Amino acid sequence: MKPPLLRKIGGYVFAVVFIFAGWWITAVLVNSPALPTPADAVEVLVANADQLVPYFFTSAYRVIVSLVIGTVLAVPIAHVCARSRTLDTLFAPVLYLLYPIPKVVLLPILLVLFGLADAPKIVLISLTVFFQVLVAVRDAVRAIPESAVVAIRSLGGSRFDEYRHVAVPATMPAVFTSLRIGVGTAIAVLFIAEAMAGSTGLGYYIMQSWSMVNYPRMFAGIIAMALLGVVLYALFDIVERRLTRWR
Amino acid sequence: METQGAHISFSHVSVEFDDGADALTACKDVSFTVEPGQAIALIGPSGCGKSTTLRMASGLLEPSEGTVLVNDEPVVRPRQATALIPQDLGLFPWKTVLQNAALGLTIRKVAKREAQERACQALEQVGLQGFERSYPKELSGGMRQRLALARALAMDADLLLMDEPLSAIDALLRESLQDALLDLWLQRGHTQMLVTHSIEEAVYLGQRILVFSERPGTVVADIANPDMGNPEWRDSMAFAEKCLEIRAVLAGGAR
Ligand SMILES: Nc1ncnc2c1ncn2[C@@H]1O[C@H](COP(=O)(O)OP(=O)(O)OP(=O)(O)O)[C@@H](O)[C@H]1O
Ligand SMILES: [Mg+2]
Repeated sequence: MKPPLLRKIGGYVFAVVFIFAGWWITAVLVNSPALPTPADAVEVLVANADQLVPYFFTSAYRVIVSLVIGTVLAVPIAHVCARSRTLDTLFAPVLYLLYPIPKVVLLPILLVLFGLADAPKIVLISLTVFFQVLVAVRDAVRAIPESAVVAIRSLGGSRFDEYRHVAVPATMPAVFTSLRIGVGTAIAVLFIAEAMAGSTGLGYYIMQSWSMVNYPRMFAGIIAMALLGVVLYALFDIVERRLTRWR
Repeated sequence: METQGAHISFSHVSVEFDDGADALTACKDVSFTVEPGQAIALIGPSGCGKSTTLRMASGLLEPSEGTVLVNDEPVVRPRQATALIPQDLGLFPWKTVLQNAALGLTIRKVAKREAQERACQALEQVGLQGFERSYPKELSGGMRQRLALARALAMDADLLLMDEPLSAIDALLRESLQDALLDLWLQRGHTQMLVTHSIEEAVYLGQRILVFSERPGTVVADIANPDMGNPEWRDSMAFAEKCLEIRAVLAGGAR
């Protein structure tokens, strides 16, 4: 195939080798049961696949649904807020006060309100994603040059045309950039939510292994969770690149 | 395609911009008419309200006083049959060349197929065939200006408004694009208003040349230029004399 693709794959292979080598050396140096070697972890990973694979999909489901809900709610609100001066002066301070608060502190309340199943986890992650996308898209809308809006109007475009031909395409890259960057936070929140409550998912698996003092099993869960993050990150990265070909 | 040109009439038009504390009068008592199918050039010192005048003709801006009529109707919003090429060209970086060229038609809800066909034709007319799938950032400055022109052409407008469309182009290419503009106008017969800083361009592309004063801008001279339309006349003595005449009026207005 194309050499750039080969080079890219080569880069990823090198990165994986590098990370595992680093882990291995550290494990040997630390020499503690709390840090097994990658070989031990991978062995357990393969042996426990029948349990890990469903957990992987449970966790993936929770994150993906949350990413979708958070985005679908944030994008229109961001557009409306950024385009209306009144709404923006009203809500910008609210947004700036709420944005830096770690939403994860709401977990105990959400558990009381929504029980122990998927709902509280999805609500919590959605909330985190919502604020990240909201802030990014609001800034992107405000960065749209006035000349682009004027150009649409001079062509006889309606308000709807302004959204369709200017606001949406101009801010699409920001949506996916914020999602790509938000994946890390989303998975961290997922871990905490699954570790604290419920009996499914990779976070639960990791905490269960920890309480069983089974460290290789715990690291098998960590690898699975890392994989989930990498897959989502790569996905958003690809979409973002596609959407920003014009830049 | 033969188009019937639009009729424009400005009568006693003034524009004030009210930026909080200080109000600024951009245009004062501007009156002129443009007959259907006429091509006029607007020239005047920087900041005298040329772009403002064009924006009023396009329906993007309403006058503070006076009336602006196109085909005897007040223009309160952009008309479907008016094409404006703004000073910054108004291209969309996130759209391909073809999408940019077809955008005027897309907004007018022309069927996608037809819109693309007409956009392709227009791109061909300005010599941009083969670049349909490129993005504006991949074009040179001159190609971008031709793309903006193609978008206006595809709309098949009866009124073409241009705000210094050739300002960012080097002299040689500029002449060939001026020829292209002249050809298109001769072929299609639309009404045309061209804002320019270049005396030569005004004399080459304006059947009439409106000279604006310093701000607040008003029409200080309306100079007939009957020889315009003949591509050879750029090299004639009469052309050079016309340029001198305009220069003298501009210098007088600045005093
Ligand atoms: N939206 C606006 N708000 C406030 N002032 C404006 C606005 N648009 C234009 N002006 C002012 O009106 C005056 C005329 O502007 P205009 O753009 O029409 O000038 P121009 O003749 O096109 O100049 P140039 O040749 O430099 O393009 C300028 O002093 C400008 O600062
Ligand atoms: Mg101007």
